[in-house]
Amino acid sequence: MRNVWVYILVMFAVVYAVRVLPLLIRKPIKNRFFKSFLYYVPYVTLAVMTFPSIVEATQSPIAGVAALVVGIVAAWFGAGLFPVALCCCAIVLILEFFLV
Amino acid sequence: MKQLSPFTKGLRDGIPIGLGYLAVAFSLGIAARNAGMTAPQGFLMSWLGMASAGEYAAITVIAAGASYWEMALVTLVTNARYLLMSFALSQRLDPKLGLGHRLLIGYSVTDELFGISIAQETPLNPRYCYGAYLVAIPCWAAGTALGILAGNLLPTRIVSALSVALFGMFLAVIVPPSKKQPVVGLFVLLGFGASFAASRLPWISTLSGGTRTILLTVLLAAVAAILFPIKEDADA
Repeated sequence: MRNVWVYILVMFAVVYAVRVLPLLIRKPIKNRFFKSFLYYVPYVTLAVMTFPSIVEATQSPIAGVAALVVGIVAAWFGAGLFPVALCCCAIVLILEFFLV
Repeated sequence: MKQLSPFTKGLRDGIPIGLGYLAVAFSLGIAARNAGMTAPQGFLMSWLGMASAGEYAAITVIAAGASYWEMALVTLVTNARYLLMSFALSQRLDPKLGLGHRLLIGYSVTDELFGISIAQETPLNPRYCYGAYLVAIPCWAAGTALGILAGNLLPTRIVSALSVALFGMFLAVIVPPSKKQPVVGLFVLLGFGASFAASRLPWISTLSGGTRTILLTVLLAAVAAILFPIKEDADA
């Protein structure tokens, strides 16, 4: 096991550089591939991290699947970040009363 | 109504964001606790990191005991979207705005804080950001520490339910653009499928979660960029 504090500092150095460098450079990105790539990265990476992890996070996998479905439906109909998160938690809590 | 100063306005707009952060960070804290992190470590990670997906990925790296290089790479990939947001934000700043302000604004570009900042008049007054940051950052850090501490005290049912809050927030970020742009939706579904396959297939399933995230993200986003490049004038 390596040092957790060092991990945290490495993370900070990278994430701060990512955020602050574009604010220092005043010219926008011109390369079309790079622009497109950066455009798709957030959605793909969040999708990859969400599934199947959401199913493995709960006690009952069925509740995890239900949270995924409920989250997608709530977000589809325009619920914000916090309400969607709340809906996912609520469905897991309710279902696990019966399943676990 | 009395005209609020940009700083006060930022404080006010930061409150709902801070409350949401408190809850989601709690869920992040539970994940951090499972990775063996202490409350001070979680507090510092969140105070410095200010990222849900990025920190969650960082926790998987810590849990796996992977290399510091892997941590740097995972952080770069999972936070790459902030590069785009910061580029967009840089266009809203007064060109004469000094280096000090730029260094401070860059500290906490997150989905939500970027969202409210971009909704302000151009040029953006940095004091508005500072007001919002002052509420949001402590909430995020405290929520993480609380999740690590209280994860022990709460019943398993509650912990299980709260552990999906983070994923719920991810869904809230990826679903609306998927609805508007079928290409984004297609690649979100491909991401789900590829991630599931990668967690089951021989060889690739033996790689750490963070490494699989990097490989799949770079691969799928590159394919999407080649097949469906965004329009030249598209606003990031």
